[in-house]
Amino acid sequence: MRHSRKLLALLGLVAVVAIAAVGWLVLRPRGPADFASGTRVELADYREGDPTGVSPRLAGADLVMRGEYLTRAADCIACHTAPGGKPFAGGMAFPLPFGSLYSTNITPDKDTGIGGWSDEDFVKALHEGVGRDGKHLYPAFPYTSYTLMTRSDVLAVKAYLFSLKPVRNRPPASDIPFPFNQRYLIWFWNGLFSPGQRFQPNTGQTSEWNRGAYLVEALGHCGECHTPRNLLYGLSSGRKFAGAIINGWKAYNITSDPAWGIGAWSDAQLTDYLSSGHAEGRSSAVGPMGEAVENSLRFLSEDDIGAMTAYLRSVPAIRDSAGLAAVPTPPAQVPAAKAADSGGSGQSLGLRVFEGACASCHNFDGSGAVSVYASLAGNRTVNDAAAVNATQAILQGARLRTAHGEVFMSAFGTAYSDAEIAAVLNYVTGRFGANTSAIKPDEVAKRRTATMR
Amino acid sequence: MDFERRLNVRKDGTAGSGVSRRNLLTAGAAAGSGLLLGFYLPQAIGAEAAEAATADVFAPKAFVRIDRDDRVTLIMPQVEMGQGTYTSMPMLIAEELEVPLDQVSLVAAPPDDRLYTNPLIGFQATGGSKSVRAMWEPLRRAGAVARVMLISAAAQGWNVDPTSCRAEKGEVIHGPTGRKLRYGALADTAATLPVPDNVALKDAKAFKLIGTPAKRLDTPDKVNGKALFGIDVKIPGMKIATVAACPVFGGKLARVDDSTAIEIKGVRQVVRLADAVAVVADHMWAAIQGLAALDIEWDEGPNANVSSADIVRQMDIASQNPGIVGRRDGDVAKAMTGAAKRVEAVYQVPFLAHAAMEPMNCTVHIQKDGCEVWVGSQVVSRAQATAAEVIGLPLERVQVHNYLLGGGFGRRLEVDYVTQAVRIAKQVDGPVKMVWTREEDIQHDIYRPYYFDRMAAGLDEQAMPIAWSHRVTGSSIEARWLPSALKDGLDTDAVEGAAEELQYAIPNILVDYVRHEPPGILTGWWRGVGPTHNIFMVESFIDELAAEARKDPVEYRRALLGKSPRAKGVLDLAAEKAGWGQTLRQGHGRGVSVQYAFGSYLSQVAEIVVSKEGEVRVSRVVCAVDCGIIVNPDTVKAQIEGGIVFGLSAALFDEVTIKDGRAEQSNFNDYRVLRINEMPAIEVYLVPSTEAPGGIGEPGTVGVAPALTNAIFAATGKRIRKLPIKDQLRSA
Amino acid sequence: MVTLQINGNEHHLDIPEDMPLLWVLRDVVGLTGTKFGCGIAQCGACTVHIDGRPIRSCVIPAAGLADRAITTIEAIGETPSGRKIQQAWLEVEVIQCGYCQPGQIMSAAALLASNPNPSDADIDAAMSGNICRCGTYQRIRAAIKQATQAA
Repeated sequence: MRHSRKLLALLGLVAVVAIAAVGWLVLRPRGPADFASGTRVELADYREGDPTGVSPRLAGADLVMRGEYLTRAADCIACHTAPGGKPFAGGMAFPLPFGSLYSTNITPDKDTGIGGWSDEDFVKALHEGVGRDGKHLYPAFPYTSYTLMTRSDVLAVKAYLFSLKPVRNRPPASDIPFPFNQRYLIWFWNGLFSPGQRFQPNTGQTSEWNRGAYLVEALGHCGECHTPRNLLYGLSSGRKFAGAIINGWKAYNITSDPAWGIGAWSDAQLTDYLSSGHAEGRSSAVGPMGEAVENSLRFLSEDDIGAMTAYLRSVPAIRDSAGLAAVPTPPAQVPAAKAADSGGSGQSLGLRVFEGACASCHNFDGSGAVSVYASLAGNRTVNDAAAVNATQAILQGARLRTAHGEVFMSAFGTAYSDAEIAAVLNYVTGRFGANTSAIKPDEVAKRRTATMR
Repeated sequence: MDFERRLNVRKDGTAGSGVSRRNLLTAGAAAGSGLLLGFYLPQAIGAEAAEAATADVFAPKAFVRIDRDDRVTLIMPQVEMGQGTYTSMPMLIAEELEVPLDQVSLVAAPPDDRLYTNPLIGFQATGGSKSVRAMWEPLRRAGAVARVMLISAAAQGWNVDPTSCRAEKGEVIHGPTGRKLRYGALADTAATLPVPDNVALKDAKAFKLIGTPAKRLDTPDKVNGKALFGIDVKIPGMKIATVAACPVFGGKLARVDDSTAIEIKGVRQVVRLADAVAVVADHMWAAIQGLAALDIEWDEGPNANVSSADIVRQMDIASQNPGIVGRRDGDVAKAMTGAAKRVEAVYQVPFLAHAAMEPMNCTVHIQKDGCEVWVGSQVVSRAQATAAEVIGLPLERVQVHNYLLGGGFGRRLEVDYVTQAVRIAKQVDGPVKMVWTREEDIQHDIYRPYYFDRMAAGLDEQAMPIAWSHRVTGSSIEARWLPSALKDGLDTDAVEGAAEELQYAIPNILVDYVRHEPPGILTGWWRGVGPTHNIFMVESFIDELAAEARKDPVEYRRALLGKSPRAKGVLDLAAEKAGWGQTLRQGHGRGVSVQYAFGSYLSQVAEIVVSKEGEVRVSRVVCAVDCGIIVNPDTVKAQIEGGIVFGLSAALFDEVTIKDGRAEQSNFNDYRVLRINEMPAIEVYLVPSTEAPGGIGEPGTVGVAPALTNAIFAATGKRIRKLPIKDQLRSA
Repeated sequence: MVTLQINGNEHHLDIPEDMPLLWVLRDVVGLTGTKFGCGIAQCGACTVHIDGRPIRSCVIPAAGLADRAITTIEAIGETPSGRKIQQAWLEVEVIQCGYCQPGQIMSAAALLASNPNPSDADIDAAMSGNICRCGTYQRIRAAIKQATQAA
């Protein structure tokens, strides 16, 4: 049995190599912003202002401050901090089907962190995905994006990280079995999926667009969650930003499609969402996106958020993404009669849960009684007939630190049964959303196991 | 909790000690004017305490004061936590004193074990459903004595025979002439008279107030925000503190970096205790923010790996050996071997938090030569003692102001939060109010114990029990809280409801108790405590036997209750009112329980429906109550209704589970409380009785769980042997 | 500085931007009738009215409430529905420990003001966010119904 599994693995390996070779010839790696028309030039040859670096507001700031801005824009903290752990000290687990990876300690601790790394070591890791020991890093680390960063931006990030207090923490070693631990194979993978070059501005687009492209692609690495993956775990370049499920949460379609993506969102809605985690009548960021807003996006300047918005608007529309629909019909307006009839029959389990645990914050008309973040009507989360993020928000809660304080939703997973959670999901999607979901208790049970990380 | 055995007090609730009535009352002039009745309760523990107290005859601390302006003031040793003592206690006085209830006002008693001891508990405490039981006779006697003295004073003044005078509505009336004098006008004279001996108390038939539904005296201020609970205390210059204790039970503070916290506007100080950190601030919000901003490193100590699964495994092992015998009738082992059939089951109930609506809090001001404490406590004298001990002051230098309790349920029989507040105050200049967050309240509660009980029965040919064994395994609250209550190592509370109180006529009974303490986890009183598990287990198991016998659960019980007419009486009443035996629809079920605990008899019938997804909905609970003489029937009903809701929350949803040495629940999102839309219709029927009053605060909680789970069995065939029910019916 | 209208009085307050109304009422203004129970809008003890609607003051920042009419338990008796509810609460003898009752009364008063004749389902909808550990729910329902009868 064990023997045959090894054989199978070996065959798989051969297949991977073969596909990689063919893929290289056929596909050739493309830059993530290559969908746009226009000519790409080396950064040095671009004359419309510098799309890289920090926001102009920080142009005069010292290296560490610039590094802080870029570190936030690149959201390093998200993966390099374990739940409840010290910032940047690593140890967050990335469970994969065949083992777990753990993020590394990137505080300047000499023994357990990156305190002993030279500039070259650091640049090599971000640009080539190669660690200090010369081994390839697993692409859970998004060097496929960071490779687009300029060397000076990379070094600014390093300068910031080196300004932090060293934290002694040795994360667990990854336990990836053969053959997936044969890291040289990643070299082939990189050939397919890593651009392996610095960001090239596009002279056919505005300078704002170019800045947005740099922020979204080089730093923000949005596609890591929002672009579906192919069989080789690479981002599917043909389905850029079409949405994907990641760790039990739905990263929505953020293409320019008006129904399925963000095409119908106003500029104000988009910038509000990115900078504060909430867009009126559209969505409140929960789960990993809430973290992205909290740790990264809310610190970006208005100009930079505007640039990201401009860039996102140009991403080609994709109608759906393998059943990952978010808003197939326009956002629902809760009819006044529906809202006034707050009681209903009193017999529905979903209503009973809602009036006890939910209505105090969300209100019976879905308007959000205590915070705009709690508004449900028209919200993407309740328009999703699969109610994916609604399920996870109920199970795990949500928490978002904004410029005006923290907003949160408590976790209800332990005290409420699968049947109750299914019922309240179906009630909420039916009442406030475009499509009533038909979630069964078993589905909730399944989603309980799809933990966030 | 039941201290009666230890305290040598008769089961009927009256004091059985040999102290003469004469010693129980003293009289004198009140500090300003009027009559002051100094009042000593029969001391069941240590007569020397009572002796010592008599030295203080005219101390300005007393039970009853009658002022020149007619006001009757009762200095209330029992605290008000919703159970209605602030009404029932004045009713007892007013009944014998012949004053309208609204003429009696209340002052919370200061801490003084000598003066305000609850004779059924042994010190000044409110709990165990014991207020009416303890005060039933002494307070009426105080009222009667005062009445006789006032009449004597009037008779002296008029120079008439006291027997020609009567008391009515706060006045003494001379029958033949119709002359009248108000009590206020008589109080000074009465104070100079000797205290009469052997005053006769009214016959129950003559009661005007007792037994009638009196309006509660504490509620008008509770509808307009005026009522002050401990958490509402405002002292000039007061700071607010909130606290985080080591989340692992028994852990210590290793170090804390407060550099960010101290920068927050409104944060004044970070206080380090051995096992906790507190942030002192101008307001609670700054304190909460400050606490969140602390970078704390805990020394988690030896309990860092404790989990619920381990605890249960250890209890399982512990429960396999015999324990201390709580009741032994006949020879169970022999009867078991001769039984036609043997039935066994293991029952478990979880750790439970109290989750009183008012989170734990305490305000303390330590000055050079004294200390003031403002708190809502069920044990005021213990609050005083812990403050004195922490600061190193003599008791009398610690002044405790007791406030209304936003729920007690046994949580405020503990003073851990008072101790902690005083420790914080020691490091703070000026008064400081410590308020726990709800998370702290749930995660550092002193939990209702986890119990792991083994039940076994031997049945005869007719499937009636001839042998009954019940082994209780769990932690001992008495051993920690009132070691003197242990009887040869037996925790009498842990077996209450299962041992002596077991009403079923079974020839061979063995109830024993295995003490097993979970590592690091403190357990304490919780509305109903011992009986909450014993009645669940006994009443579930007897239901199992009835099912085994293929007999109707009510009939089966009734057949075993021949020697307990009161238990049978409530069972019959509940069954009748609930329509027992009437056909129910598919998925619906009815279940019954009967109990004797806290000196009262109850029977409950629950009606439920189970959905196809396994969701239980309780539609109706009928409860018949025989609690002896009833002081305030409306309060009795309210307490039963409330107790049932408390018990339903626990049965349906609640448990505190332990992982990595810490409680996993934290707030009402994960420690769920029954809401109004989950409420069944509750009907309470009171049995008229002339027996001595029984307790009423806790019994309602106790019997609802088995009634509910027996109903689930009737509806689905699934026997729930472990609480909470949660989603156990999902797969059924 | 923010100006709040509480029970018809103006208060000029220097408070943090994210400070929930509950703590402003209790610890700054000194109105302690509004209670702290959970801090996460799960128990309802902190319910106040903002422009007549029942709101959990423990999670709503006060700074955003300038120019809104805030009513607390201390003044709800001055409204017709509040007065009726308070009266019914006493008549039905709803209260036990009383700690949650300011919140219950505020929720019930808002219900009665918007719906003079609430059904059981309406009562469920309006009152299920208010927890009572003493278990007074049955009487709360009865008292609301009684209040609808009051003149």
